[in-house]
Amino acid sequence: MLPKPPLPDPPSDDKRWKIVATSMRRLGNQPHALIEALHSLQQTFGFLDRPGLEYIAGTLHAPLSKVYGAATFYHHFRLKPKGRHTCIVCTGTGCYIKGANRLLDDIEKKHGVKPDQTSADGEISLLTARCFGACGLAPVVVLDEEVLARVTSDDVERKLAEVRGNVPR
Amino acid sequence: MSPDEIRGMAEREREHQAGRSCVLQVCTAAGCQPMQSVEIKTALEAEAKARGIGEHQCQVKSVGCLGLCGSGPLVRREPDGAMYQRVTPGDAPAILDSLGSAPPTHLFLDTRQPFFARQTRIVTANSGRIDPERLEDYLAAGGYATLARVLTEMSPQEVIGEITRSGLRGRGGGGYPTGLKWSTVAKSPGTPKTIICNADEGDPGAFMDRSVLESDPHRMIEGMLIAAYAVGASEGYIYIRAEYPLAIARLKTALRHAERHGLLGNNICGTRFNLRIELRLGAGAFVCGEETALIASIEGNRGTPRPRPPYPAERGLFGHPTLINNVETYANVPSILERGGEWFAGIGTERSKGTKVFALTGSIANTGLIEVPMGITLRDIVFEIGGGVPEGARFKAVQTGGPSGGCIPEQYLNTPVDYESLMSLGSIMGSGGMIIMDDSSSMIDVARYFMEFCMTESCGKCIPCRMGTVEMHELLGRFLNGSAAKADLDLLEDLCEMVKSTSLCGLGQSAPNPVLTTLRYFRPEYDAALAAGGR
Repeated sequence: MLPKPPLPDPPSDDKRWKIVATSMRRLGNQPHALIEALHSLQQTFGFLDRPGLEYIAGTLHAPLSKVYGAATFYHHFRLKPKGRHTCIVCTGTGCYIKGANRLLDDIEKKHGVKPDQTSADGEISLLTARCFGACGLAPVVVLDEEVLARVTSDDVERKLAEVRGNVPR
Repeated sequence: MSPDEIRGMAEREREHQAGRSCVLQVCTAAGCQPMQSVEIKTALEAEAKARGIGEHQCQVKSVGCLGLCGSGPLVRREPDGAMYQRVTPGDAPAILDSLGSAPPTHLFLDTRQPFFARQTRIVTANSGRIDPERLEDYLAAGGYATLARVLTEMSPQEVIGEITRSGLRGRGGGGYPTGLKWSTVAKSPGTPKTIICNADEGDPGAFMDRSVLESDPHRMIEGMLIAAYAVGASEGYIYIRAEYPLAIARLKTALRHAERHGLLGNNICGTRFNLRIELRLGAGAFVCGEETALIASIEGNRGTPRPRPPYPAERGLFGHPTLINNVETYANVPSILERGGEWFAGIGTERSKGTKVFALTGSIANTGLIEVPMGITLRDIVFEIGGGVPEGARFKAVQTGGPSGGCIPEQYLNTPVDYESLMSLGSIMGSGGMIIMDDSSSMIDVARYFMEFCMTESCGKCIPCRMGTVEMHELLGRFLNGSAAKADLDLLEDLCEMVKSTSLCGLGQSAPNPVLTTLRYFRPEYDAALAAGGR
């Protein structure tokens, strides 16, 4: 059996790469650690960039094409950095029936962002979720980890203005 | 832990609990938590302390889902079971004032209403009663006692026999007989065998599994342990969606506690039975709910399904024989082994046994989680338990089975809820989401909503699903913008049949269901769209 090629060095001397390395070592640096590694990379750095993907590919001895293939297959993974704030509109059936699309339309009108886009000033990233499973609270919006329940477009607007730091008087 | 140690610990906890004259159970599951339920718990504790009420007099306890999410945040009171609704942290003094009497009118929630009275709770028996983050609470409720008895007194064949007798069928939607699946895995040659829990609850509008995991995670783990013993598995995985952070956290805590007390790992309960369970996070792909796609994902690949056979029971994770069931299926197992297959088979209908957990959402008075015996009618669920559609609206359809199911109109509401009856209506039981729609919803729009979902979630491996869903989505769009012609209707129907019969996996095979059922029951809406377009 051929000896395995050595493990690559992390892309930089940022200490956080140790977290990503540990997630892979825990599963023996085997190719099946790929999804766990991607989770770890995104949790640590916020998104998946090319040096990170190359590092994972090298450590797991998997082709970069396979790593990229998995990263683009799963909706959860992002290849672009997020804005300063993240606004996630749930588009599950419960929220859809209660007008989630109207919320999205109104946010687009006000801030010029469509789902999966970040506003021009880098402040707000708009995302959609399939379902948070909190359908009793529909429609649900999650703004920076804070769950906003039974919201209207006005509620969302007020909250967005708040996080942008310019509360209308 | 040996069986005696389990008994002893349960006994001590029960004595401890018996000494308390009152318990306030605050729901801290994901339905109530965003409505400040953690703050409510803190406020109640602070208020009790300020009044000099000790924990032995009144304990404030964090519990899982109390069911009626639409009226949350909810607080329940032991020992009389009275409930408080729409509680705020500011209500803490009023709640403590009312301890010996009825809750104040503005907080009072009537527990005699059909929503509570008509439920039969097996899977959710401990939900809203025990603290999901304490093993002792689960033990005091009789938890892991069944596991200890199974491991020391029953053979794997006897366990499978009991499950077969119970008539339990897969609760993930397919309805495959659980006993049959277990015996296939048990008979398959090859080691090590693997057991997987599918907690990738992907149907939008469904939150049964989330609730079970947030409210009573040990029940599911105990079910997995019994299943692993029955089929001879030593490796376990739980594949859970990343969108459920609270469920993940509570599951991790439960796994840690079980490991620490020797309920997972080697020589469980002092026997030669070993099982390790690992958690794997999904990454937002609906198709990973399909078993072969889920296995591909755990193996570190894109989550695409493969043709069956071979079934995972023969060749599953890493090529080993693998048992896959969903959360609710496993959660039924401890009760079946505790009370016997005959008892379970006595609930439900001829071919659908036991209970089913449903998530009620949409245009309905009582939004929340219910557990009902199989065979109850849709009408009873929607109008009795669910309280009907809110004032001023008219019931139009109930959608079951998520993107794989269909919309059922009013004239079929007397249909009993069982696997076969729902299928004969063109829908499916599914995992348990029930979305109620009123007359403000356009059925074509709903069909397009689900088609958009399937189109985006199609993995792209097989052409009928990848292309068919795009075409059907486009055609439905024409009906909505008034540009559809008669030929489009025929094409839509043809496409439905084609995608249904030629797709590789369940996602594609069932993707046309929302369109087919709306064509079957709400055809006038399509005709009206044609007429409005003038073609």
